[in-house]
Amino acid sequence: MNKEIDLGRRKALSTGGIGLLALFGGASLLRPGEALAEWNQKAFTSKAVEEALQSLGATNPEESSIFIRLTVPEIAENGAVVPVGISTSLPNVEQIAIMVDKNPNVLAAVFTIPEGTAPEVTTRVKMGKTAHVVALVKSEGKFYRTSKEVKVTAGGCGG
Amino acid sequence: MGKPMKIRASVKEGMTEVKILMQHDMETGLRKEADGTLIPAWFITEVKAEYEGRTVLEAQFGQSISKNPYLMFMFKGGSAGGKVKISWVDNKGDSRSDEVTISA
Repeated sequence: MNKEIDLGRRKALSTGGIGLLALFGGASLLRPGEALAEWNQKAFTSKAVEEALQSLGATNPEESSIFIRLTVPEIAENGAVVPVGISTSLPNVEQIAIMVDKNPNVLAAVFTIPEGTAPEVTTRVKMGKTAHVVALVKSEGKFYRTSKEVKVTAGGCGG
Repeated sequence: MGKPMKIRASVKEGMTEVKILMQHDMETGLRKEADGTLIPAWFITEVKAEYEGRTVLEAQFGQSISKNPYLMFMFKGGSAGGKVKISWVDNKGDSRSDEVTISA
């Protein structure tokens, strides 16, 4: 039993049954300050897309607007709330990430997609000014990206 | 303890669609008060979604996610009456968990 616990909480949760889950208890699954998937500080403090890609282990992702559908408005009247939708026809998607290339910290979100979850997420991001939204998808260990420009008429980081 | 989330989960043709609205200021750490002092960064860093104890989505957020973050995703295998639990933590160690029953 101890050996199983030593594998670490993440492993235990992904491999363990009800018994192991019960060990950690419902409410204690998320303790303050305890990282779930270890927040990637290096990636989230990246000032440029290339730097963020590198921190995510995604050097030279393949450009693919065919397999990745990135849904963003052409013009955002309010840069504080820009809807971003990403879906992909790529198989066995493990990860989806969103970046805004002109924001001070370019990486907005990284989603871990377990088996059985659709490779499709929608959220909202802040955009300081007109910029490209970059979608990054990891499928079968390989990275793909696509991007679209969003014209921002009122910035979302100052006000 | 963070403010409560609004969560909706409904199942259709085997896919459970989950829509979440979290309540959080998502301060970037780059904005200034009127007197010029920086407002410290305060934002959700991690989100986790579980269906009956199974992780169905994990997310890491940066400062670029909008105030009161919205999130929509879908997973297979959920059934009406089952419970979806969403939890988040922020960079100051605050956290919040809410649960919703999947509707048909």
